[in-house]
Formats: sequence, C-alpha cells, structure tokens
Amino acid sequence: MNKIYFVFAFCAWGLISCGGSSSDSSTTETVAETKPTQEEPKEEKPQVHPGMGIYKTYCQVCHQANGEGVPGMNPPLTQTEYVLGEKERIIGIVLNGLSGEIQVKGETYNNVMASHSFLTDQQIANVLSFVRSSFGNDADAVTPEEVAAVRASSGN
Amino acid sequence: MYLKHIFKIAYLLLISSFFYSCDKQSTDSETTSNVSNLPVADKDNGGIELPTGFGAVTVAESVGKARHLTVDNNGNIYIKLRKLENDKGVIVLADTTGDGKFDVKSGFADYVGTGVHLYNGYLYVSSDTSVYRYKLENSLVPEGAVPETIVSGFPTQRSHEAKSLAFDNAGHMYVNVGAPSNACMETARTPGSPGLDPCPQLEFQAGIWQFDANKPNQVHQVDGHRYATGIRNSVALEWNTSANSLYAVQHGRDQLSNLFSEFYNDEQSAELPSEEFLKISDGDDFGWPYCYYDHFQDKKILAPEYGGDGKKTGRCENVVPPILTFPAHWAPNDLLFYTGDMFPEKYKNGAFIAFHGSWNRGPYAQKGYSVVFVPFKDGMPSGEWEQFATGFAGADSVMSTSDAKHRPMGLAQGPDGSIYISDSVEGKIWRVLYYDEKLASLD
Ligand code: HEC
Repeated sequence: MNKIYFVFAFCAWGLISCGGSSSDSSTTETVAETKPTQEEPKEEKPQVHPGMGIYKTYCQVCHQANGEGVPGMNPPLTQTEYVLGEKERIIGIVLNGLSGEIQVKGETYNNVMASHSFLTDQQIANVLSFVRSSFGNDADAVTPEEVAAVRASSGN
Repeated sequence: MYLKHIFKIAYLLLISSFFYSCDKQSTDSETTSNVSNLPVADKDNGGIELPTGFGAVTVAESVGKARHLTVDNNGNIYIKLRKLENDKGVIVLADTTGDGKFDVKSGFADYVGTGVHLYNGYLYVSSDTSVYRYKLENSLVPEGAVPETIVSGFPTQRSHEAKSLAFDNAGHMYVNVGAPSNACMETARTPGSPGLDPCPQLEFQAGIWQFDANKPNQVHQVDGHRYATGIRNSVALEWNTSANSLYAVQHGRDQLSNLFSEFYNDEQSAELPSEEFLKISDGDDFGWPYCYYDHFQDKKILAPEYGGDGKKTGRCENVVPPILTFPAHWAPNDLLFYTGDMFPEKYKNGAFIAFHGSWNRGPYAQKGYSVVFVPFKDGMPSGEWEQFATGFAGADSVMSTSDAKHRPMGLAQGPDGSIYISDSVEGKIWRVLYYDEKLASLD
C-alpha cells in the first residue's frame, strides 16, 4: 500500500516537473509535429525521395552524405548560391559539369566536376529536387521538362 | 597458459621493483630530470590518443588551414597554409618563454601552397606552381625578405596540385607533381570512359621531378629530371638519410564503383585500391594510370580504364610494387623518418605517416584521420604498421569528411626529438613528447 502510494507520488512529481520544463519550446514543437497527421495523409512526405538514390550513386562521393562537400576540394550543396539560385544554372552544372575557379560560401574552389549528361531528364530532375529540398535547403522542385529545355539549348 | 601467468607475475614484480628503486633515488636520476624539463602534457593530450608513455601539448590553435610544417634548430615552427591568413601564406610560431606554448606569431609569403622545408641555411617554400627559397639570417627569415625562385612553371592543375618537397644529401631537391586526373580517362570521371593510352599526363605530371637545390630560376619542363613516374599523387614525400633513398606514400585512385559498376560494388570501391608506400630509385615506374595495387590479391591489377576487370594483371606484371600497403583512401599527406633520441629505440629510423582521412569511401564511413608508425630496418619496413596518434576526428564514426573536427596533415621533428603534427581544418598544432613508462604508470 505504502509502496504504491510512493510510486504514484513519484509519477506525479515526474509529470509536473516535465510539464513545467517543456512549456516553452517542446510543447509547441509537439503541436507542430502532430498537426499534419491530424489533417490529411497527403501531407506526409514519401519516405524516400526519388532523387536520393541518384544522389547516393552519383553525387555523394564528392559532395558527401551531409552535402557539406570536402574542404578545399568539392564545394558544399548547403544553401549555396548555385543550389538555391536559378534552376537553369544548376541543371547546366549537372549536364555539362563545371571547372575553373568558383566561390562558394566564401571559399574558393578550383576543381573539376564531370558532366553527368548520361543521366536522364527525369533522373536529373529528381536529384536536383532532392538536393534543393535537403541539407537545410528549401527551394522548389526541378521538372524533367526544365532539364530537357537546358539539354536542348546546350546540345547535350 | 599456466606458464604464461607465471611470466606475467614475474614481469610485474620486476617492473614494480624497478619503479620502486627509481622512486627512491629519483631526485638526481637522469631520466627524471629530463622528463621534468619537458613541457607538461595537456590533460587530454590536446584531444588525441597516443601510446603509453607519450603525451601531447597543444602548441597553437587556429593558425589557419595548415599544410606541411617544419621546425628549426631553435624550435621555431614554420607552417605553410592553403589559404592566406592576414595575407600571409607561411606562419611562424616561436616559444619565447620556453613553457611549450607558442606565444609569438608572425608570417610572410603572399601565396598559398603545401611544401615548407629547411635545407642548408634556407627555407624552401612551394606554391602550387613554383618553389621559392628564403635565406635565413640569425636562423630566421628576415622581415620583408624577397625569395629566390628555384623552380617555376609547374603546370596549373585543378587537382593533386600540392608540390611537396624533399632534399637528399647531394644537393638535389625532389618535387611531387601529381596527376591532374583520377585515372587519365578520355572524359574525366565519367562512367565507362576509357583511359588515354599512352596517358599524355605522364610526360610532365604524375611523378617526382628532381632539380638542383641550389640553382635559381629553373623551369620544370626544361631543367627538371623525371626521377620517377606512374605516381598518381604523393603529398607524403621524404628522403631517408640512413637508407640514402627517396620514399613516398601514394594516394590511390578512387570511384571504382561509380565509374565501373559492372566490375566493382560500393564495398570494393571503398576498400580498393591500396595506399602504397613506395621506395623510389631513379627511373622507377609505379604504374599509374594503367595499374593499381590490390592488397587483397597482393598484386598490381590492370585498371578498368585500360581493359581491367578487377582481376586481370596484363601490362602490370613488371611494375615496381609497394614496400607496404595501407587501407584505401586514407590519404597519406606527410611522411617523416624519425631520427631523434627522445622516443624509445623501436622508433629510431622508423616512418611516421600522417593520414588526412578519406572522403571517397561513401556510402561507407570515412576512415584514416590518424598518424601511423612503421618500424624500419635497413631501409625497409621491419614489421606491421600500427596506429600512433588517433582521435583527431573527434567522432567515433565519420560519415562525411566535414564531420572530422581535425585532420592530421603535416609532420615535423623538433630539435629535441619531439614531433609536431598540423591540422588542416582548424589549424591546431600538437607537439608529441615521450615522457617515460614511469611517468605514464603514475597517472
Ligand atoms: C567527382 C566529384 C563530383 C561529383 C561526382 C559531383 N560533383 Fe558537383 N562539384 C564537384 C566540384 C569539384 C565542383 C566545383 C567545380 C569547380 O571548382 O569549378 C562541383 C560543383 C557543384 C555545384 C555548384 C557549386 C555548389 O556547391 O553549389 C553543384 C550544384 C553540384 N556540384 C551538384 C552536383 C550534383 C547534383 C551531383 C550529382 C549528380 C554532383 N555535383 C556530382 C565535384 C563533383
């Protein structure tokens, strides 16, 4: 009897102290997190982005699993001007490759990225959409039509 | 089994009695006074792990993106940078108070690069396309010194551009000129592209060039002698005086599975090829781009760009093999033959190699990020390599290169026999000292 009472008291204390400390940030987070599921399932993101596999196979070796690149060698893909900027330019980089001195986030890179024109329009659209929505990036998707247009104009 | 235990106990007794006697007469014993003259090691050895009896002092932090370094007879440290710090490409550190912390910082040189080396009263420094030297006055580079150009005209290249330096005892300077590509493909790093045959890059790159160390204004393609060829990139380059020979540790090629998925899976690509420890004689050809070394099959294998399938050896059968191999992609970036008296006997003339750590083992964890030791006898490895300094990355598992807090880059030996290690990420500099077994057993 005594024991049970003690357990109850302990639990209650736990609840109070937890509730107290979470009032600022974590409660709001929980609300924000649970909201989409309460609404409609269509908000759920697909578990694996269709561009993730292509990223792993063709980009990750140089730009790394976290998109941070390799210091002095391969530039990051995290909120860079290139990744978030005009879509034509980033599509062109994947199609034609890139070389020569560039500035990315205040660091100079002067290396060679090969052309990836062997990827299909759909694959390039997927991988760029993945990059533009991963690693803290939040930019809109790239469509296969946009890739096709750049490919046609660059003869690749 | 039983016997082994008896030995163990006897051994322990022996050791403890030794310490006991040492303690009693320690006040004037030589070891103790030597040890007490050394700067006190940082409690956590500056965040790295070392074998028993060794300790490390953080001599400086945040000097910049450090490449190679060298230490003069007065203990001043010269560090070459990959990015200018306050417009300086070489940083000089001095410990004026003798407490082991370096309190004076100055700099010179308006170019970035990798190599920095003392030789015959000069400090030799390389950019990615030239080698310069500064005459030392009162063993320092005087303020405003204008360097002499020793060699210029190395090709501008976008990868493997580091010009590491080594010097022999006969007045020659050796310079690494890395390959400007991964495997000399017709179309660089493009799946299935064949290799150029012969590879035109071998003419003035992918090898070691020898120059007159004392002659100003030499030009690479005119005055240089191609001492060795078929080396993809050897940032780790050193002359071994006791063996009277040049040694290098090569960065092996990468992306086997990305480029040739029909022959290699990702795991093979992460584990192949070997990083090769090379003993170099004049005229040697180590096989790049046609061949790479496979330490599982223990032989040079024909590269897939040249008709290889992961097994064929083809034209690689007579290529000079490495004297030792290391795991793939660890990125050996400096080599030091230990000639000091501070470390225990086993380290004498042995090789320390700084591995910068991999970037190209994905999707598997990145590895390397350590300094290893290789015992040597008569100019050849006399045993297995072992880890010497670890923990630089500051993480148990590095999935992406940028997860590594520090990456060991350069190695140098101080006049007292301690060794210095530079870090390319934050520019931390460690000095590794040997105290002794006794001190180590006390803490
Ligand atoms: C062999 C290594 C390598 C691979 C593989 C690679 N890149 Fe790159 N990437 C580079 C290098 C090097 C640069 C910078 C080139 C320069 O210095 O001019 C770069 C630049 C970029 C840039 C512009 C600069 C920036 O960081 O914002 C983008 C975007 C990019 N790469 C995306 C990709 C994508 C997407 C893939 C996969 C389809 C990919 N890269 C595959 C090496 C690589």
